[in-house]
Amino acid sequence: MSIKLSDKAEARLKEKIALYPDPKSAAMWALYIAQEELGRLDDRAVEWTAERLNLSPVNVQELITFYTMYHKEQLGKYHVQICRTLSCAVRGSTKLTECVRKRFGTKPGQPSADGMWSYEEVECLGSCGTAPMCQINDHFFENLTPQKLTEILDRIEKEKPDLKLSTIDDRMGEGLKGYPKSQII
Amino acid sequence: MTAHHSILLKNIRQPDQHTLAGAESRGAYSTIKKALQIDPLKVIEEVKTSGIRGRGGAGFPTGMKWSFVPRNSGKPVYLINNADESEPGTFKDRLLLENDPHLIIEGMLIAAWALQSNWSCIYIRGEYGYPFSRAKKAIEEAYAKGYLGKNIFGSNFNHDMVIHRGAGAYICGEESALMESLEGKKGQPRMKPPFPAVSGLYQCPTVINNVETLANMPFIIENGGKAFLSIGVEKSSGTKLVSASGHINKPGVYEIDMGYPMKRFIEEECGGIWQGRKLKAVIPGGSSVNIMTAPEIEKVNMDYESLRLAGSSLGCAGFMVLDETTDMVEAVLNLAHFYAHESCGQCTPCREGGHWIEKIFTRISRGQGLPGDIPLIENVCAQIGGHTICAFGDTMILPYLSIIKKFPEEFKERIGEAIRGQVKPREYLNVVYDGAH
Repeated sequence: MSIKLSDKAEARLKEKIALYPDPKSAAMWALYIAQEELGRLDDRAVEWTAERLNLSPVNVQELITFYTMYHKEQLGKYHVQICRTLSCAVRGSTKLTECVRKRFGTKPGQPSADGMWSYEEVECLGSCGTAPMCQINDHFFENLTPQKLTEILDRIEKEKPDLKLSTIDDRMGEGLKGYPKSQII
Repeated sequence: MTAHHSILLKNIRQPDQHTLAGAESRGAYSTIKKALQIDPLKVIEEVKTSGIRGRGGAGFPTGMKWSFVPRNSGKPVYLINNADESEPGTFKDRLLLENDPHLIIEGMLIAAWALQSNWSCIYIRGEYGYPFSRAKKAIEEAYAKGYLGKNIFGSNFNHDMVIHRGAGAYICGEESALMESLEGKKGQPRMKPPFPAVSGLYQCPTVINNVETLANMPFIIENGGKAFLSIGVEKSSGTKLVSASGHINKPGVYEIDMGYPMKRFIEEECGGIWQGRKLKAVIPGGSSVNIMTAPEIEKVNMDYESLRLAGSSLGCAGFMVLDETTDMVEAVLNLAHFYAHESCGQCTPCREGGHWIEKIFTRISRGQGLPGDIPLIENVCAQIGGHTICAFGDTMILPYLSIIKKFPEEFKERIGEAIRGQVKPREYLNVVYDGAH
């Protein structure tokens, strides 16, 4: 049985394959594309990727478990990732983790009952100068305090903005309207 | 404040610098146009003359790296721009990718011409969504204007550039792991030799340079290697982007002339230690280097040689500052969790040892330390260093060993409390989950 994704996703993968000296290089794109379409990387995603790139399914499984940005399980619609590494930690990242832990009442990586939220602590996101910070889907929110983070989460709950970088059309979601991008210089 | 040369951040505050029109109005792509008239080998000579050393952390001379690429192997030559920036404390490349991507593209084109490479790739870490979209847009603009693609500036030189998105793995910043990842595999480092210059991506000659290294190329070719060499100090020429973070008043990216005194950098550029506190320690090169105490930094300068002689390393200049209130047991546990999580799992000493060390630091932190824990950590570290394929194992033990050596009383105190059964309440810097990673 052959799996087929949307025409747009199929076309997108073909486009990516053409960019590289060898089609295998597009494996990571294939997984991003499948994850965006299917919501998570289940057996269908593995089969699709393996078939399109002539890889064995076990190779594809390896990639999914190796790289932290691929998920086998469904996450919340908004996935809050709190940076926990040293520069963020010394400027108060545990307070942010406490804040989301209390708010969602779930374990790290587990979606909330309404499917809206999930959270986890992650390693250095390259925003040490604007610490502490978090990443929600593909957007960074920097120079945070628990109060600021709470305001951001309240607004997301209400406005439901697009915070994703679409790998199907390389388009960055519009973000939280009017929320200033942090200056790292 | 001291006036430093501004090679990389010259236009960084211009609001339209990320666009082709904005960058071009300030001279972008004028150097590659000239470079295409110069013999590629002369370009390499110029880079050698400049003395520039790799800005990704290892500090290997860039011109020499380029000269290792065989000229007539009959195989294509690949150029990879390492934008995987994942070393804790480092965020300088992100600034360039977001605000001046055309500087990077021009630098890559110069390198590509020197190496006669027709294909290059920016490998950017997956978490950098916004920098990805900025750099991607810049590549598209460059293609539309004919600065990438076929017959660039009428020179018959063709070059295609791709931006590749990683998916969350610290180890992919290691060049051979990066190539594995780019070949659609797990990012696990390769044995060396062969070196990438001979057998890299898909067994073809490959050069991998850091974003900042490549962004220096337009200046070097425009002004000559000697002009670059005249900046900084003898064996560390040019400027360095420093990502300053931690307990300072003005965290951010600073461009300093190599050889600048560290104490002055903290006091002037970084605005001093926050909240009127005193300095306790500095991790000067990104987390994988030896920590330095406040007395140790008094007279040290920021360049490759000075920091090496002082027993640490400039690395990629991920400059983390810790004030007097920092609990060093918690600080080292934080890093131990990072390395345990990020080990690629290929070599047993690193995969297993990393987790053991985290466990031991965790129990010291949580008031359950045992009398022999410090020698035990030293023993495990000795079995990791030098016993792994890549430098991950060798460097992860540097912060562990230097922190326990330079702040022994804090570890003694915590273990002592545990032995006496009188553990003081503390504010923890780390959330410790029940054995889960």
